Amino acid sequence: MTPHMLTRSLDRGATVFLAVVAACGILIPLSNLLLPADSFLQVPTYLVALWGKYVCYAILALSIDLIWGYCGILSLGHGAFFALGGYAMGMYLMRQIGTRGVYGNPILPDFMVFLNYSKLPWYWYGFDMFWFAALMVLVVPGLLAFCFGWLAFRSRVTGVYLSIITQAMTYALLLAFFRNDFGFGGNNGLTDFKDILGFNVQAEGTRAALFALSCLALIGGFLICRSIVSSKLGKVLIAVRDAESRTRFLGYRVESYKLFVFTVSACMAGVAGALYVPQVGIINPSEFAPGNSIEAVIWVAVGGRGTLVGAALGAVVVNYAKTFFTSGVLAPYWLFMLGALFILVTLLLPKGIVGTFNAWWDQSKEKRNAATMASAAAEDGVAEPKMAE
Amino acid sequence: MPAHLSARLCSLVLSLFLIAFALPAFAGPFEDAVAKFANDDFSDTEEAIGVVAGSGNKLAFPIISALQDGRLMADPDSKKVYVTGADGKSIDAATGEAVASVPDSASAVRLNNRLRRSVDAALGSLTLQSPDVETRLQAAQSVFKSHEETALEAVDAALAKETNRSVKTALGEARAAILLFKSDATEVEKLEAVATLKARGDQEVLALLTGMGDQPASVTKAAASAIGSIQNSLAVWSMVQNAWYGLSLGSVLLLAAIGLAITFGVMGVINMAHGEMVMIGAYTTFVVQEVIRTRYPGLFDYSLLIAVPLAFVVAGAIGVLIERSIIRFLYGRPLETLLATWGLSLVLQQAVRTMFGPTNREVGNPSWMSGAFELGQITITYNRLWILCFTLAVFAILLAMLRYTVLGLEMRAVTQNRRMAASMGIATSRVDALTFGLGSGIAGIAGVALSQIDNVSPNLGQSYIIDSFMVVVFGGVGNLWGTLVGAFTLGIANKFLEPVAGAVLGKIAILVLIILFIQKRPRGLFALKGRAVEA
Repeated sequence: MTPHMLTRSLDRGATVFLAVVAACGILIPLSNLLLPADSFLQVPTYLVALWGKYVCYAILALSIDLIWGYCGILSLGHGAFFALGGYAMGMYLMRQIGTRGVYGNPILPDFMVFLNYSKLPWYWYGFDMFWFAALMVLVVPGLLAFCFGWLAFRSRVTGVYLSIITQAMTYALLLAFFRNDFGFGGNNGLTDFKDILGFNVQAEGTRAALFALSCLALIGGFLICRSIVSSKLGKVLIAVRDAESRTRFLGYRVESYKLFVFTVSACMAGVAGALYVPQVGIINPSEFAPGNSIEAVIWVAVGGRGTLVGAALGAVVVNYAKTFFTSGVLAPYWLFMLGALFILVTLLLPKGIVGTFNAWWDQSKEKRNAATMASAAAEDGVAEPKMAE
Repeated sequence: MPAHLSARLCSLVLSLFLIAFALPAFAGPFEDAVAKFANDDFSDTEEAIGVVAGSGNKLAFPIISALQDGRLMADPDSKKVYVTGADGKSIDAATGEAVASVPDSASAVRLNNRLRRSVDAALGSLTLQSPDVETRLQAAQSVFKSHEETALEAVDAALAKETNRSVKTALGEARAAILLFKSDATEVEKLEAVATLKARGDQEVLALLTGMGDQPASVTKAAASAIGSIQNSLAVWSMVQNAWYGLSLGSVLLLAAIGLAITFGVMGVINMAHGEMVMIGAYTTFVVQEVIRTRYPGLFDYSLLIAVPLAFVVAGAIGVLIERSIIRFLYGRPLETLLATWGLSLVLQQAVRTMFGPTNREVGNPSWMSGAFELGQITITYNRLWILCFTLAVFAILLAMLRYTVLGLEMRAVTQNRRMAASMGIATSRVDALTFGLGSGIAGIAGVALSQIDNVSPNLGQSYIIDSFMVVVFGGVGNLWGTLVGAFTLGIANKFLEPVAGAVLGKIAILVLIILFIQKRPRGLFALKGRAVEA
């Protein structure tokens, strides 16, 4: 990616967004670590973890916006890729516990000792090495997305059908991961993490570093998405979204474009999940629940589909609202609000917050331009006949 | 404790007096046999059991059952035996006369495991001639299980008098089981026995035949062929059983999906709140039953008949409301519809949770829906059978409605070509609302039936929504017959996979198979053909 491409692909909104994320990624950890605990500006550790979670959700939202906003693929199973990335990271963290588990087994995680495993299942090999786990965070969701997408796009499963089978996919994974003999901790999932790369996951410094890393990943993800959608490839994606058959008739291999963007998006979701797990401290099968994936889609819808910035913004806004409402006296009404949000956004705000703002901005700019042109025309009489022409 | 002491003394005197009084009653084999219980010797006891059970005396049953329960008291000194009733009153075992109390020297006749078996067998044969048909049948079956040689005479005696057909068959089978294990039975008798058992042909017979030990060569051969044919028939019955379970599951799937086949299949509206319509139907049933319980308890058996139209109206009305207030603004934007209706499902669930609480609510089965009957080797419960019939009835009515009523005609017209229909004077928006209401109303009816077999909780609908979509997509959108075939195919496939792969893996396998199937046929089993598809 050349600097020229970067500057070309960034408009004002994107620049502001990147600046804000970068500032958060630097200032929040610094304030948490350096300022005294009683300072007004100090960010408490629990907030760092909470905001870290939001940032991970923002990455997930970004990955959904990439395929839904720009390619028209509504995946209701993106939570599955998120959770798979999370499980890959969780497996690494489990292996790092070593003898500090309840049963003190150096190789087997506690739940395997409890379930009478005699040796480590083959698919757990290698997860004691960080580089391997990090690779799997990308490979497992990417591979699943590639196989799934290859089958689905090649046979032209589109629109609602695709949404429903992605939902079935995450539902099947939910059922599978709930099983104890599947080898991923069953109902309880993976938890009780101790170290990541030798640092205590509970320590303030690690949490601050993870937060900064999440912001970095968000920036990286944003730049990748941005460069995809503003490239020639991105134009084809938008063409697929708006008129798939026509694009195909023009000679583009629609399924290859879709498959590429779907796989990239799944990898991004996996990274989001991998960053999410050490900050939250647990990964269990409920992350596969179809409801979670659908909720992630509504973040994108709230923020603004097809704007990237909006997706990230929507994830943070909706989740902030969720934390705010579910912790107070309004908790029983949260589902009413979330439900109403789904309905009202689709009915009244189909472009989302950012999309609506952009439309309003363009409109007022046009008006201002028209006004300046009109005043210019009034001053210079020659302009009048030209306009009429 | 003077009072206690005097009471004991008193009873001792009384019993001594009674012994003296009863002495002349010693006579006859029955009385002799009864006296043997007092010897406190296991082989004597066994002999006594045999004689008493075979005596035909009316006291035999109370004596043996008392022996089984440890209520048969024997006095070793006087050789007198007493039966203590559960109510504390006692009788003399030999004469049946009431006694005021049992002497202190008497103790319960002891049993060991071998004796317990003969007691069971004796009891079995004693009840063989009970006046109650059900008791006789059970007795015959218990003899069949124990197949003690001692019971043979009793079985023969009972068989001679028996008039009830099913008891007679059971007795014949019991006799065959005894003969098969009787060492001195003739070869012909044994061959007949094998033939009789083969006709019964269930798991127990299989166990008998495989464990019968040394037999003449011809009997072994006959038994081997009987085992083969029984195993075959059992395999067939287990197929039938799976098929029945599959039909039953299929009917549930069809019931849940049939409303969706209208809203999604015919109208093209992705209604994620469909499951909640089912839930509303179930809660309507709950409310109806609550009202009946508190006001008109006599009407309980009719509760479902009342709930069906009510659920249709309630869910249908909510459906019309949803269509008018939300869905009509989203036609042509299927993905947005999906999100809005998902939000709606959250709201409806939470509303029900607020109104009725988050826990399961109890919905009772009316008498005609509880219980079961046997068909060959399988058991069929009435509620599953009724649900299957009900589902097929709903399907038939819906099909007829779409085919023969004006509304059905208008619905099909609007589905096929909205603008043309509008030009012909059909009020398309009214038809849309009614179609959606119809789909929702049918989901409500499904809720009434599903309340009979599932927990009525706010999450009821959630558990059906994915399955319902799978059925409709698998069967082919826009085709009710496809939904029927899809539901039963998935139901039966699921139940045949379950014994092989386990319940959860079976379900996962089905989901994966559907995903793969959609790759092959993206428009389902029965796809609509022609230009309408591409629109």
